[in-house]
Amino acid sequence: MSLTDVKTGKRVRFVAVDGGHALQGRLAALGLVPGAEIQVFQNEGRGPVILSVGCSRMALGRGMADKILVI
Amino acid sequence: MKSKIVVALAGNPNSGKTTIFNSLTGSRQHVGNYPGVTVERKEGTVKHGDIEIEIVDLPGIYSLTAYSVEEVVARNFLVEEKPDIVVDIVDSSNLERNLYLAVQLKELGVPLVLAFNMSDMARALGYEYDLPKLSGFFEAPIVQTVGHRGQGMKELLDAVVATASAERAGCAKPLVEYGKDIEREITGIVSLVGKDAAMSEKYGARWLAIKLLEGDRDVQGRIRDPEIIERAAKSVSRLEGILHERLEAAMAGYRYGYISGACQESVRSTIEIRHHWSDRIDSVVTNRVMGLPIFLGLMYLVFQLTFTLGEPPMEWIEAAFGALGGTVAGFWPKGSESALKSLLVDGVIGGVGGVIVFLPNILLLFLAIAILEDSGYMARAAFIMDRLMHKIGLHGKSFIPMLVGFGCSVPAIMATRTLESRRDRLTTMLVIPLMSCGARLPIYALIIPAFFPQAWQAPMLWAIYLIGILLAVVLAKLLRSTLFRGESAAFVMELPPYRMPTVRGLLIHMWERGWLYLKKAGTIILCIAILMWALTSYPKKAVFDRDYESEADRIEVAYLAGVKDLNGKLELPGESGLLVGAIRAELAMAAKQEKHYEGEPGFAEAEREKDAAIAALARSEDGDVLTEFLELRDGIRKARDDFSQAVEKDGVAEGSPEYAGLAQARDNALKRIEAAHPDVYAPVLRFLDEAETPFREKLVELERSRKAEELSYSIAGRIGKALEPVLEPMGFDWRIGTALIGAFAAKEVFVVQMGIVFSVGEADEQSESLRKELSSHYSPLVAFCIMLFCLVSAPCMATIAITRQESGSWKWALLQLGGLTVTAYILTVLVFQAGRLAGIGV
Repeated sequence: MSLTDVKTGKRVRFVAVDGGHALQGRLAALGLVPGAEIQVFQNEGRGPVILSVGCSRMALGRGMADKILVI
Repeated sequence: MKSKIVVALAGNPNSGKTTIFNSLTGSRQHVGNYPGVTVERKEGTVKHGDIEIEIVDLPGIYSLTAYSVEEVVARNFLVEEKPDIVVDIVDSSNLERNLYLAVQLKELGVPLVLAFNMSDMARALGYEYDLPKLSGFFEAPIVQTVGHRGQGMKELLDAVVATASAERAGCAKPLVEYGKDIEREITGIVSLVGKDAAMSEKYGARWLAIKLLEGDRDVQGRIRDPEIIERAAKSVSRLEGILHERLEAAMAGYRYGYISGACQESVRSTIEIRHHWSDRIDSVVTNRVMGLPIFLGLMYLVFQLTFTLGEPPMEWIEAAFGALGGTVAGFWPKGSESALKSLLVDGVIGGVGGVIVFLPNILLLFLAIAILEDSGYMARAAFIMDRLMHKIGLHGKSFIPMLVGFGCSVPAIMATRTLESRRDRLTTMLVIPLMSCGARLPIYALIIPAFFPQAWQAPMLWAIYLIGILLAVVLAKLLRSTLFRGESAAFVMELPPYRMPTVRGLLIHMWERGWLYLKKAGTIILCIAILMWALTSYPKKAVFDRDYESEADRIEVAYLAGVKDLNGKLELPGESGLLVGAIRAELAMAAKQEKHYEGEPGFAEAEREKDAAIAALARSEDGDVLTEFLELRDGIRKARDDFSQAVEKDGVAEGSPEYAGLAQARDNALKRIEAAHPDVYAPVLRFLDEAETPFREKLVELERSRKAEELSYSIAGRIGKALEPVLEPMGFDWRIGTALIGAFAAKEVFVVQMGIVFSVGEADEQSESLRKELSSHYSPLVAFCIMLFCLVSAPCMATIAITRQESGSWKWALLQLGGLTVTAYILTVLVFQAGRLAGIGV
């Protein structure tokens, strides 16, 4: 499923991102690699999604979050 | 041992790199640009023992891919300029992610020193590091630092120097190994790449092979041999077939795997959650319902603070500049027409002073912003604003530069560097001037109290700011749907954990931006002030349309004749020279005192002469009448003056109970005087109201007329007059036109210019006399239009210059200038004409 389908508070694992090289590279540098554990901190309405990966917390725009596949 | 070494500072954004850079180099910094891009290049030096260390602060980056300008710039720097040491500043409370860059740096083969920054936070979170072990894993000495307290700097420099002079170990074993399959392909590519001697010499063959497998565009562009590219492409498809995932992701996985492994062996964490407090705060602050109101509340607080706390220092600075002006003027005899004196006092001190006065306000705003940024709240604010900004077509990250723009557009435009997409960046830059900057405040402060009653004043100011914001929204939408069409950059924003800002950090950040404002004042505004002074003072008119000298004489004669007429009322003989003599003596004293400053002997001497003359008259026949007359006159004057002073000093509004009270007190005093001297009271009143006051008024009118003639003769005046047909539809006249010309250079100059134009002498926005002039010449509608026009029209020269610098071409700067001015014109014309038709505020 896509990251935007994940309810607030749930933990999921990163699988892949449906995007080009640039997006991949960027996310990878931030810690979003296959197998990385993601905790969704806030996913409400139509704004950016707040999540944490490892020790970092970040906000990702909805468009980007849509493209991230997780299980 | 070398005497000079070059060190590059690398690290993630938010790792405290800049603070460390500032700590190390202090004021010995130089900021420039990397050629061809608008990425900032900061360099500085520090002396450590005998060694001079040159430090280059690389842009904050997460890795060394080729996807952002910053990364490519950093990479190129490391490869081309081969610094002696690279210090990777690591946020040690978020170790694993930060080490990703360290691993990449190692792969590039640079000599590395790791700075575990924010070690105070890490300790507080319960992390314990086995530093020697970690050092071994990453083949780099590790120094623990606390950047915003300046701790660990010496140890860091020690490590840098030691590593620089140590023998470089030969071809070390690679840190990260990518598994059997990938390594096999790497070996294959390495042997091919080895043939391109130039490239493998510079970058290292293994690194090139890895990058090619990752599809690095920059490297691909530099490899000349197509065979290599082809081979890499084949490897990629082969590997992706085996691994069933994107190669780049897989390789990133290996890197993180290495880091994870190393950390598991060397890092102990005694407390699990890093974000505990931050979580709790965030659940409130980024809450869908409460987030926005909290944010708005904070913004309101920020503005309140900057305006109220800023008042006292502003008044102090104003007084200081006034005193300075007085002192400098004192070097010349009083009333001197020296050009140099005028240049210094009116031009330089007046012009530049007008800018510096706002420094406290602006510094406070930047301080507030620094607090919000350093504490980590800003990132949340950008997150909250993103939804809104997205609707306008702007990026959430545009919000911070726009906030800074309320202080000064110059640092605001520089702050747009955080926007990754050029489209977003340009749009933001072009609309930032609509965030009413600090320099426009004196204009509002001058006009609003002059034209609007007390109750309307604060709302008026808010209205102006709001109009600016709304216009920015409209314009941004317009730009995004025409010139800058396209997707906004994806919103990715790291939310650092909340932390307590340090005083040191705050001061550094506040000063970084405040300094730009001052520099602007010191340079551009100084030049403009001098230029405007020249334009309004020259050419000087020698022959006037009216013969002012003889007119002044005639007025004086009429005055004295009027005084003589009073003789009858006081039961003095018609030809008595008592009154006339006394008044003449006073006029003579005034004339003499014009030529001397208060402290000089000549000043007191003139008064003595007058006193002697009047005493002599008092001793002559009927002299007691004169004495009574003068006594009463002074008494009535005092009662009236006390009243006006009290009203002006405390800003008492007409019609208020306080006002009535003061008026009553004055009237009581007057009644007492009348009762004591019933016969002389009426003639004295007549003297005051029918002789003296008209006399003074006529002289003032004469002076003004002369100054106006002078002004319209000057270059600025002529330009203003020439522009009049264009200004008319907005309800402006040539005087406003002249002031606007000055304002084009720098907004602050507008008020000073208005003062000159209405020949009120030194004018600032507190000047009651200037306000009176304005309200008698213009209507509230015109006043509003003036503010509107100033709000929207061309930003000051400094802003245009910085726009050109940050956008890389004149095209955008001129678009900003032209677009905003045209918009201002159309809007103001519409408002004025509509207002006139509707009969509002006319």
